[in-house]
Amino acid sequence: MAAGETPDILFWVGCSGSFDDRAKKITKAIVKILNKVDMKFAVLGTEESCTGDPAKRAGNEFTFMMQAMSNIQVLNAYEVKKIVTGCPHCFNTLKNEYPELGGKYEVIHHTQLVQQLINEGKLKVEGGEFKGKKITFHDPCYLGRANSEYEAPRSVIEKLDVELAEMKRSRANGLCCGAGGAQMFKEAEPGNKEINMERAEEALALKPDVIATGCPFCNTMMTDGVKYNDKQDETQVLDVAELIAQANDL
Amino acid sequence: MEYIPQILFLVMLIVGFGLFGKSAMRIRRNVLLGRDIDRKDRASERMNLMLKVALGQSKMVVRPIAGALHIIVYAGFLLINIEVLEIVIDGLLGTHRIFAPILGGLYTAAINFFEILGVLVIIACAIFLYRRNVMKIGRFHSTEMKGWPFKDANYILIIEIVLMTALLVMNAAEANFPDDHRAAGPFLISGLIAPLFAGMSYETLHLIERACWWAHIAGILFFLNYLPYSKHFHIILAFPNVYFSKLTPKGQFTNLESVKKEVELMLDPNADPFAAPAEPAADAAPQRFGAKDVQDLNWVQLMNAYSCTECGRCTSNCPANITGKKLSPRKIMMDTRDRLEEVGAIIDVNKGTFVDDGKSLLHDYITPEELWACTSCNACTEACPVNIDPLSIIVDLRRYLVMEESSMPAELAPVMSNLENNGAPWQFSPADRFNWAQEG
Repeated sequence: MAAGETPDILFWVGCSGSFDDRAKKITKAIVKILNKVDMKFAVLGTEESCTGDPAKRAGNEFTFMMQAMSNIQVLNAYEVKKIVTGCPHCFNTLKNEYPELGGKYEVIHHTQLVQQLINEGKLKVEGGEFKGKKITFHDPCYLGRANSEYEAPRSVIEKLDVELAEMKRSRANGLCCGAGGAQMFKEAEPGNKEINMERAEEALALKPDVIATGCPFCNTMMTDGVKYNDKQDETQVLDVAELIAQANDL
Repeated sequence: MEYIPQILFLVMLIVGFGLFGKSAMRIRRNVLLGRDIDRKDRASERMNLMLKVALGQSKMVVRPIAGALHIIVYAGFLLINIEVLEIVIDGLLGTHRIFAPILGGLYTAAINFFEILGVLVIIACAIFLYRRNVMKIGRFHSTEMKGWPFKDANYILIIEIVLMTALLVMNAAEANFPDDHRAAGPFLISGLIAPLFAGMSYETLHLIERACWWAHIAGILFFLNYLPYSKHFHIILAFPNVYFSKLTPKGQFTNLESVKKEVELMLDPNADPFAAPAEPAADAAPQRFGAKDVQDLNWVQLMNAYSCTECGRCTSNCPANITGKKLSPRKIMMDTRDRLEEVGAIIDVNKGTFVDDGKSLLHDYITPEELWACTSCNACTEACPVNIDPLSIIVDLRRYLVMEESSMPAELAPVMSNLENNGAPWQFSPADRFNWAQEG
């Protein structure tokens, strides 16, 4: 971007997508999809910085505001118009909380972009290795309830010719994975169970081949829950972008 | 002498509504202790939401059994109270069933309909009592429901059963009146229990009929004055509460204007760090970051507290509560209301001014452990049938903890400094942020 080219879209990778080894695979899957459709996209690279979401949810408005304002300076300097994020937390913060601070962009989540690409006929998908498999989708709170997007990830998954099995608590009733509100970065308060165990058990009760998510934090939490139940050989935890990329050998 | 019942009725009406008005004004005053927030935008959208969620009960039916039963009681409350109009006119004019001769067959149809509803209300209330006291459904027995809240719920249900029974017995007694004394009826349901009163003298029947009539209207006025001291006040506040609820996406938190200004100043290269701070406006109280006590919350949050009927759907959907953590969104609302009542009482005792009692909503009512259990997942706001927002209170209290008391779980402190130093919650160098592109 620094080269002065104008991309179609800015891919906001996010901290997980940049630094977390598991989430980097999701980042690469998204890049493969963008490359497949020859979309001109840019990333901020080392100029990207945390949106401030964990600080804001923890109540630290100062740190949030510092992050937000410096990010907005960078984004505005590059005249960014449209952003796709790999993380519902970045998505929510950029889309809902930045405009008031002077950062007005069209922000979409990567599952929404993939849905658009499929609907516009730019991306053709086949079920590949997932054909006929049983997949359940865990709604990330910051995509689902927080921003009322329940259908985009499901419509993408359904394109893979799979059996989409719903947990009892899904869509607006979905149960949190336990990572939101800065919980990802702290120990849980005393209780009698971990939230991700409760959720993983609910998902595993369906005996799915894949638990699909659209959030790197949900991915971590569900992966841990599956491993704790010793079901990692039967059930994979994958991002919707990874499903698409793997099924189509991208 | 013949006007005595009418005068008595008028006095009862004036006292009943007068006392209620006083209580309502007290609650209004308490709600307005909150900070201002603009919720007057998007009026037509708000009106539609109120019609759908409050009047139309759209979120109640998410749980079909409780939802259906609630709609019966709610419809009974709305429709049977049309009959109160006649009771009031009769009471003031000394007439008896003034609408009967005017409406004729329509009157019989209306009363038949009210009687059917009345029986359904009695059945629904009985099932509600059964669910609370015999089935002991979990969400009605959590810690915050011990004592008054549990009794309150039972009292409401019993009062409703008594009111409906009085109406039916009144009609049943009149059904046995000699034809030339009977203004209307017999009716569908009360006709079935009328044989219980067969053979009684007209005087006795008339006495029973009058006693039920007075009991019904006195009961209604008592109930009206019970409301402001009860969770049942939701029957009034549900409507404005939904109207003024948050319309922006659930994930959107407010940006604190005061913090924004300070950070803008810090980031402004032209700002003079030694400049004298601008004189604060004379009437502007120094604003806290976040909320410590009820006065730091906004009036919508305070109205939320009075609108809560303690159904517990929020808590039973809360992932933290489900997994045994101390957090209960319902308790957040009940604590907010109880503290606000306490603050209001202090203001009343001190002739209109609040005197610090050394207590606050944060710490004395709500502990940091509860606040730090929240995942901000919005399950509570989604579950609430009247759009109460416990999450916004949790976040405001967290803001006070973090920004005013510098208190947060030990693991979060390094996360914050990482964010400030290297722009990520983990201790990675910003220079490594793009490394993923070089890895295979």
